[in-house]
Amino acid sequence: MASKRYVCIICPNSCEIDVEYSGNVIQKISGQTCKRGDEYVRKEMTAPERGVTTSVPIRGGAIPLVSVRSSKTIPKELLPKAIQEISKARAVAPVKIGDILIKNLLGTGADIIATKNVPQRKA
Amino acid sequence: MITKSVDVAIVGGGPAGLSAALSAKKNGAGNVLIIERGENLGGILNQCIHEGFGIETFGEALSGPEYMQRFIDQVEDGKIPYMLNSMVLEITKERKLLVASREGLIEINAKAIVLCMGCRERTRGQICTPGTRPAGIYTAGAAQNFINLKGYRIGERVVILGSGDIGLIMARRLTLEGAKVLAVAELMPYSSGLPRNMVQCLHDYEIPLYLSHTITQIHGNKRVEAVTLAQVDERFKPIPGSEKRIECDTLLLSVGLIPENELTRNAGIAIDEVTGGAIIDERMQTSVPGIFACGNVLHVHDVVDYVSMEGDKAGKDAAEYSLGKAKMEGAIRVKVGPGVRYVLPQLLSGEEDVLLSMRVMAPARNVKIALLEGGQAVKTVMKPRVNPAEMIQIKVKKSELSGCKEITVTLQNGK
Repeated sequence: MASKRYVCIICPNSCEIDVEYSGNVIQKISGQTCKRGDEYVRKEMTAPERGVTTSVPIRGGAIPLVSVRSSKTIPKELLPKAIQEISKARAVAPVKIGDILIKNLLGTGADIIATKNVPQRKA
Repeated sequence: MITKSVDVAIVGGGPAGLSAALSAKKNGAGNVLIIERGENLGGILNQCIHEGFGIETFGEALSGPEYMQRFIDQVEDGKIPYMLNSMVLEITKERKLLVASREGLIEINAKAIVLCMGCRERTRGQICTPGTRPAGIYTAGAAQNFINLKGYRIGERVVILGSGDIGLIMARRLTLEGAKVLAVAELMPYSSGLPRNMVQCLHDYEIPLYLSHTITQIHGNKRVEAVTLAQVDERFKPIPGSEKRIECDTLLLSVGLIPENELTRNAGIAIDEVTGGAIIDERMQTSVPGIFACGNVLHVHDVVDYVSMEGDKAGKDAAEYSLGKAKMEGAIRVKVGPGVRYVLPQLLSGEEDVLLSMRVMAPARNVKIALLEGGQAVKTVMKPRVNPAEMIQIKVKKSELSGCKEITVTLQNGK
């Protein structure tokens, strides 16, 4: 049986979680202090996912950029491609937190949403 | 000069100040005023666009701007007044504040004051890195501002000195934005950032971390051309022969944060030399009655949720003081013992349950934190692992403090 140690990234506790497995079958998960740790490790072993955050230029806004994030995590290996795709986007003021700027990013099912309220620039 | 009177003046509109203001209002202070130096409320969270904020408070991983907006909305809804572009120049023991604003100089008389000024980054000058003075050297937070708020591309080949959380977050951000992060050098034999940031910012992108290393020379005239990386011994002295030249155009410094306490010192408030923040009692009150402190101006935090909770406590205590209610009775001193870097608050009444916040000196496993009174443990808490990067909080019951005069907090072997 093989084993591997993970550090959970879900919350600041950063639990060290040990996984024992043979082939593709997980035998034992230990060290997590909540069930999110269990879920994290199972995903991390098979298909790791991460959230994506960046900023997008905004036309007519009180500030030049609006910060954005993915509405849910996406496959980790898609992160560089996702950033490239998002960098082509342009927002138009006003924008509110939660406004969708890109729908279904790269077919992942995740939307790119604004994380900052940006009012229009005062003339 | 314009003069005003308020019940509770909040110095700084970042996460600590927003929470303190909301809590002061909720706990009966009629007239609360937030004084903010910047153009918006929210402080540093404006530029912290990554996720991970609010897990303790809201049970979700928000970005910094989303987290701050939840508090700003409550401030707006509660019609709590705030001044922007307004800088407090002086605070006196009599709780007078001198404020420079667009309306001119304003003198504010406050029944209570909450200090929420946050912290600043340590710079190259403070760590005395030798070499030339070319363009391309930034503190991690300045780089974060340029990239996230202004959209500048700050460099292509980057070395980061220090493994603080902002440096780690910027290593990931720069990589995703197309730059190459060549190395993160950390003077200590362990990372000074949170373990989760080591994983999601460095390991995910295979960015090498050099522990027990420092930058001994910066090269380049107009622009950074290279840095010299060297290993250090256990006394942090560079080991001759270990030097390695790394060609790069940018150096980021993530070498620590310093609570911003010029106003505090000038007010004659006693400062703890280890935290760099005020010495406080369990009511978050400094050595000057009626002046309270919370958040990064008190001690540097690693998680914003705990800043908000501290603000909540300080706001309540300040409101009670302004209403003539809060009196601190009795005094148990809290001392720092072996293995512990600092403990807050430094003074307890023994008449209330309290939450101690502390940090350890070095990483360790299977340890216990013991509170000693006259050499006898009045409380012990087992910890499977401790890390200087992570603040530890311990709840202590009033009953556990009965008869105590001076508590020493120590780190001991747990076995």
